[in-house]
Amino acid sequence: MAKRFGKFNGVPLLFTLVWIVLFALALYFFDQSVIAFMGMLVSLILLYYTRGSKKLKILLGVLVLLVIIPLVAGGNRYYMEVATQVGIYVAMALGLNIVVGFAGLLDMGYVAFFAAGAYAYAIFATAQANEFIPGGLFPLSGEWFWPFLIVGLVVAAIFGILLGLPVLRVKGDYLAMVTLGFGEIIRIIFNNLDKPINITNGPQGLTPIASPELFGVRLDTPFYFYFIVLVVIAFIILANIRFEHSRLGRAWIAVREDELAAQSMGISLLHTKLAAFATGASFAGIVGVIFAAKQSFIDPTSFTMMESIGILIMVILGGSGSIPGVILGASVVTILQVQLLKEFSNFLHTLQQSGLLNLPNQLDPSKFQRLIFGLLLILVALYRPNGLIPAKRKKNDLEAIKQSKHASESLGILSKLSRNKPS
Amino acid sequence: MALLEANGLTKKFGGLVANENVTIKIEKGTIAAVIGPNGAGKTTFFNMITGFYEPDEGEILLNGKSIKGLRPDQIAERGITRTFQNIRLFKEMTALENVMVGVHSRLKAGLLGILFNLKRVQEEEEKARVEAYKLLEYVGIEQIANEAAGSLPYGLQRRLEIARALATNPEIILLDEPAAGMNPRETVEMTEFIKRLKSELNLTIILIEHDMKLVMGLSEYIHVLDYGRKIAEGTPDEIRTNKQVIEAYLGKSASEVS
Repeated sequence: MAKRFGKFNGVPLLFTLVWIVLFALALYFFDQSVIAFMGMLVSLILLYYTRGSKKLKILLGVLVLLVIIPLVAGGNRYYMEVATQVGIYVAMALGLNIVVGFAGLLDMGYVAFFAAGAYAYAIFATAQANEFIPGGLFPLSGEWFWPFLIVGLVVAAIFGILLGLPVLRVKGDYLAMVTLGFGEIIRIIFNNLDKPINITNGPQGLTPIASPELFGVRLDTPFYFYFIVLVVIAFIILANIRFEHSRLGRAWIAVREDELAAQSMGISLLHTKLAAFATGASFAGIVGVIFAAKQSFIDPTSFTMMESIGILIMVILGGSGSIPGVILGASVVTILQVQLLKEFSNFLHTLQQSGLLNLPNQLDPSKFQRLIFGLLLILVALYRPNGLIPAKRKKNDLEAIKQSKHASESLGILSKLSRNKPS
Repeated sequence: MALLEANGLTKKFGGLVANENVTIKIEKGTIAAVIGPNGAGKTTFFNMITGFYEPDEGEILLNGKSIKGLRPDQIAERGITRTFQNIRLFKEMTALENVMVGVHSRLKAGLLGILFNLKRVQEEEEKARVEAYKLLEYVGIEQIANEAAGSLPYGLQRRLEIARALATNPEIILLDEPAAGMNPRETVEMTEFIKRLKSELNLTIILIEHDMKLVMGLSEYIHVLDYGRKIAEGTPDEIRTNKQVIEAYLGKSASEVS
């Protein structure tokens, strides 16, 4: 970007502010406008590229998400629903980003962990658990939603480790195939685990799953889920950022870049890959719990291979390994998937009904979802091979290193230096 | 007792015998070279020492303890590190981060410690950064600390790879063709640099090299492999006049002529 525009050094702050106000108004005045909604999301991208201090930008971003959007669109079920859906996918994509983006493990069965989290909550938050645990204790009340966020995390992480142990013996394309298979196996197990003991209720699915409750208030509208998802995303982003520049994050990237060299640096391949699998899985687990609570109904069809591939597309499209990129990728794909195409379809339908257009049913745009994703991916691969916002490593502040209080210590092998050199 | 002992190592790939009954002893604080014509099994030998291949037969002892069957990362932790014939850096990472990866096994931060950004973890990271920077200074490339490793010129990549290996705090460093692709001046610099590693850091160095000037000028002891077998060992002077070695390199008639 910087290269092509010469002196591109960020969007002026004023422009961003005007943009935010403009689309906030649009969101307020138009009831179901995808354009207004997208404009609001674009304001976050603008913010990312805006000139100014990081703190101010983050503050503005939080303001937009926590105050402006709920204020102008909070009463609008449609906007809140779309925003929550986008949020759920952003959170999942960020989880997959750890596995695919950082550690370079092509996981095509990611949705299995999402399913594990969703079922962990759904089984106990419906009467289903009574089928195999006597005592009639279930369904649990909505207050249990909160501890179950942790339960979902742990269950999914365990799934991640159990799947990872056999699967991580293979690499590259083979890993993709094996994870694809395992993802399907998990779904089929959930589909068939209604006999001999009925645990998942099989293809009939589970319903009604208890909505979250907080201090006796039932949080069952998209408005509340919007906030729950925001908090979870904030947590996942924070985790992503901290991992990225940590001992573990470096090990992940080292393994991605060169397994042999990573090993000879003392990095255990198995531990490192398992950690990536478990971490990525645990995020999907949390999101699964939220998804189950939000939908109030789940069945195995929500967790097909296409979902896994969809999330993978978000990561690759946005920029594998790049946190802002993945957020953008997930937003773009979700909006395209759930809104734009549907919207366009509806528009064509109205034209058809009014007799202006005679479109055969087969040409309904919402049927071309995968085709459009395919084209999108090809375009990105051609023109932005590293994704919409490519990953880049943070530069270290060398002055700070030189000024560090450890700068005078002799560390590691160089401690031999002071012994051998008379100074 | 030798620091590193390889006793009767044999490695076969199907019908190909890459190493056959190779016995090599390395004394502490010396520079040893493993030489031989292309395909003699030098890199296979390195790969067995560093755990990438498990020997079919034989034993590897470090300080008298067997390290055979350990994984490469476990061997790295025990103090044997290496560089690669065809430089293997983490290309997307900065030079500084590459070296920080080398410090990995001496850091303790776990998943939760990182997630909650504990004081202890921050401290450890800062130390690792300083150590990595100092290593870059030591090999003389601190000015490129923030460049992506993949974008560096060849000579600097070689140095960076050595800095990264040093970050594991090794006792023994295996250099696989450290001067490959270098011009004569760079080769001389590399020779001096390897000497410094030994004298200043007490390192034991084993190198594979084709540049005979570097090998003869640098190593105190030379082991010669040919067709997977060790055909000679000795000081540079002994090797230079060894009939079998000349034969292996130049063919039979050459040794008859000389």
